[in-house]
Amino acid sequence: MSFISYLINGISLGSVYAIIALGYTMVYGIAKMLNFAHGDVIMIGAYVVMTAVTGMGLPPAAAILIAVIFCTVLGIVIESVAYRPLLNAASSLAVLITAIGVSYLLQNIALLVFGANTISFPNVLSIPALSLAGGELTITGEAFITIVSCIVIMIALTLFIHKSKAGQAMLAVSEDKGAAQLMGINVNGTIALTFAIGSALAAIAGVLLCSAYPTLTPYTGAMPGIKAFVAAVFGGIGSIPGAFIGGLLLGIIEVFGKAYISSQMADAIVFGVLILILIVKPTGILGKNIQEKV
Amino acid sequence: MKNMKKMNKMTRDNLITYLMVFVLFLVMQILVSSGNVSSLLQGLLVPLCAYIILAVSLNLTVGILGELSLGHAGFMCVGAFTSAFFSKCMVNTIPIAGVRYFLALLIGAAAAGICGILVGIPVLRLKGDYLAIVTLAFGEIIKNIMNILFIGRDSAGFHFSTTDARALGLLEDGEIIINGPQGITGTPKDSTFAVGVILIFVTLFIVLNLIHSRSGRAIMSIRDNRIAAESVGINITKYKLMAFSVSAALAGVAGVIYAHNLANLMAQPKNFGYNMSIMILVFVVLGGIGNIRGSVIAAIILTLLPELLRGLNDYRMLIYAVVFIAMMLFNWSPKAIAWREKYAAKLKRGKKKEV
Repeated sequence: MSFISYLINGISLGSVYAIIALGYTMVYGIAKMLNFAHGDVIMIGAYVVMTAVTGMGLPPAAAILIAVIFCTVLGIVIESVAYRPLLNAASSLAVLITAIGVSYLLQNIALLVFGANTISFPNVLSIPALSLAGGELTITGEAFITIVSCIVIMIALTLFIHKSKAGQAMLAVSEDKGAAQLMGINVNGTIALTFAIGSALAAIAGVLLCSAYPTLTPYTGAMPGIKAFVAAVFGGIGSIPGAFIGGLLLGIIEVFGKAYISSQMADAIVFGVLILILIVKPTGILGKNIQEKV
Repeated sequence: MKNMKKMNKMTRDNLITYLMVFVLFLVMQILVSSGNVSSLLQGLLVPLCAYIILAVSLNLTVGILGELSLGHAGFMCVGAFTSAFFSKCMVNTIPIAGVRYFLALLIGAAAAGICGILVGIPVLRLKGDYLAIVTLAFGEIIKNIMNILFIGRDSAGFHFSTTDARALGLLEDGEIIINGPQGITGTPKDSTFAVGVILIFVTLFIVLNLIHSRSGRAIMSIRDNRIAAESVGINITKYKLMAFSVSAALAGVAGVIYAHNLANLMAQPKNFGYNMSIMILVFVVLGGIGNIRGSVIAAIILTLLPELLRGLNDYRMLIYAVVFIAMMLFNWSPKAIAWREKYAAKLKRGKKKEV
C-alpha cells in the first residue's frame, strides 16, 4: 500500500510542477525566452492569498480569485515593461538576464512587505481526506484537489488553444512571428495574453503548492520554479502535453527517490535523470526535431 | 605615445585591461593601508578576485564560444572542495604555505577542468540550449553531493560515508575532514588580495591569449556560423570542448581562492547554488557579452554596489534590482540603442559647429 500512496503523492507533487511548467513552456513556445521570474510569481500569488484570508478575512474562494487576477495583471505589467522592449534585442540572453532582474525585484518586494520570516500558510482547501481500501490508503484533500485541478487546467487549455481564435493566434505566433503579423494577428497582444495565462496558472500553482507544504518565505517560489523548468525541458520545451507528462514524471521520480533511495539525494536524482534523458533524447519526451537548414 | 599607436589595436586593448586591473589593485592597496576602507569592504576584496576570475572565465563560454552555462558555480564548488580537502590534509605534510597553495590551485583547476570535460563530451555535440540545462543540473547535483558527503581520516586511512559523521567509524586519532552540510572547517587561510590579483592576471593572460590564437579564432568561427566552420574543416566538438574545459578549470581556480579565504567552507545555495551561477552570468551580460574588460568592470561594480548602498538599509536590494533592470533595458533594448546613437550623433554635430 505504501507504494500506491507514494505514487499518489508523486502525482500530486507532479501536478503542481505540471501547472508551473505550463507557464514556462507556453512563454518559451511563443516568445522564445526562459522566464526565470515565473517561480516568483508563484510566491507572490501565495502571499496575496495569505493576506486576503488572514489579513482581510475573505473566504478562500474569493482570496484565490483575487490572487489569480493580481498575478494576471502582474504578468502583463512585467511583460510590457521589462520584456517587450528586449524581445528583438541583439542577444537573446538580454531578456533572460532581465527576467533574473525581475525575479530579484519580486523577491525583494516580498521581503520588504512581508519580512524574511517563514509564515505559515492558512488552510484554504479544507476538504476531508479520502479513505480507500478500508482505511489503509488515504488521499489528503489537498492532493485530490491538486490532481483534479491539474487535469481540468490541461483539458481547458488544450481546448482553448485548439478551438478558440486567440489560441490559434498563439499557435501561429509560436510557429512564425513574421508570417503571423502579416496575417493580421496582433503579435504583442498575443504574447501579453500568453504571459497573462501563465501568471494566472502560477497563482493557482502557488495556492496548491503552499497548501501541500504550508510554509511561505520570499524564496518559496525559486526551487519549484527551477524544477518546473526542468519538467518543461523533460517533456519537450514548447509542448503543452509535454509539460504535463514532464511535470508528472518529475514529481513521481522525486517522491520515489526520496522514499526508496535517499531523502537527501532527491534533488541530485531528479537532475541526474534529466541529464540522462537529454543525452538519449535531446529534445525531451515530446519535443519536435527541427531540421537545420543551411 | 608613438609606440602605443604603432601597436595594433588588439595588443593595446589587452594592455589597457592589464593596466586597469593593476591600477585598481594599487588604489585599493593605498586605500587599505591608509585605513580608508571599512572592514566589511576589506573582507570583500578576496571574494571579489574570485568573482572577477569567474566572470572572465564564464565570458569565455558565453561570449567566445556562444554557449550558455547556468552551472558555473558548480565548477567553482568542485575546485573549492577538492583544493580545501587537499590543503587540510596536507597542512602538516607541506608546511610551506606557498607550495601548498600552488599545488592546491593545480588540483582545484584540474578537478574542475575534468568535470568540465565530463559534462562537455556528451552535451557539446548537441546544438541549442542544452549546455545551459545540463550545467544547471550539474551545479545542483554537485551542491547536493557536497551536502551529504562525509570524509574522515585516521591512522587506518580515509573513511567515506553519505549518512553522517558517526557512520565513518573513525578511530580515536581520527579527524573529520568533510563534515556533510557543515562542510570543511579550518582550511588554511592562504588567499590574500595580492595572490588574488596575480591570479586575475594569469586568468586574463590565458583567456586573452586563447581568444587571439588560432584556436580562439576557430572557437569564434563556430560561434558565428557552425555550419560554415564545419565545412572548412574545423573540428567543432574539439574546439568547443577546449573552450569549455578551460573555462571550467578557471572557475575551479576561483573556487580555490574562495575556499582558502573562508574558515568554514559550506556548500550552501547562496555561495555555490544556482543563484551564484546566475550572478556570474549577470556580470558577463552586463559587462558586455564577449568583452573581457567589461566582465571585470561589471564584477567590480556589482560586487561593491550593494555594499555602497548599505546606508539605504532594507531598500538596498530593491534599488539594486531596479537599477539592474534599468541598466539591462538601456544597454540592450533596440529602441534605447537607436536613441543613444541619435543622441551621440547630435553631440558630435554640436561639437563640430563649436570648432
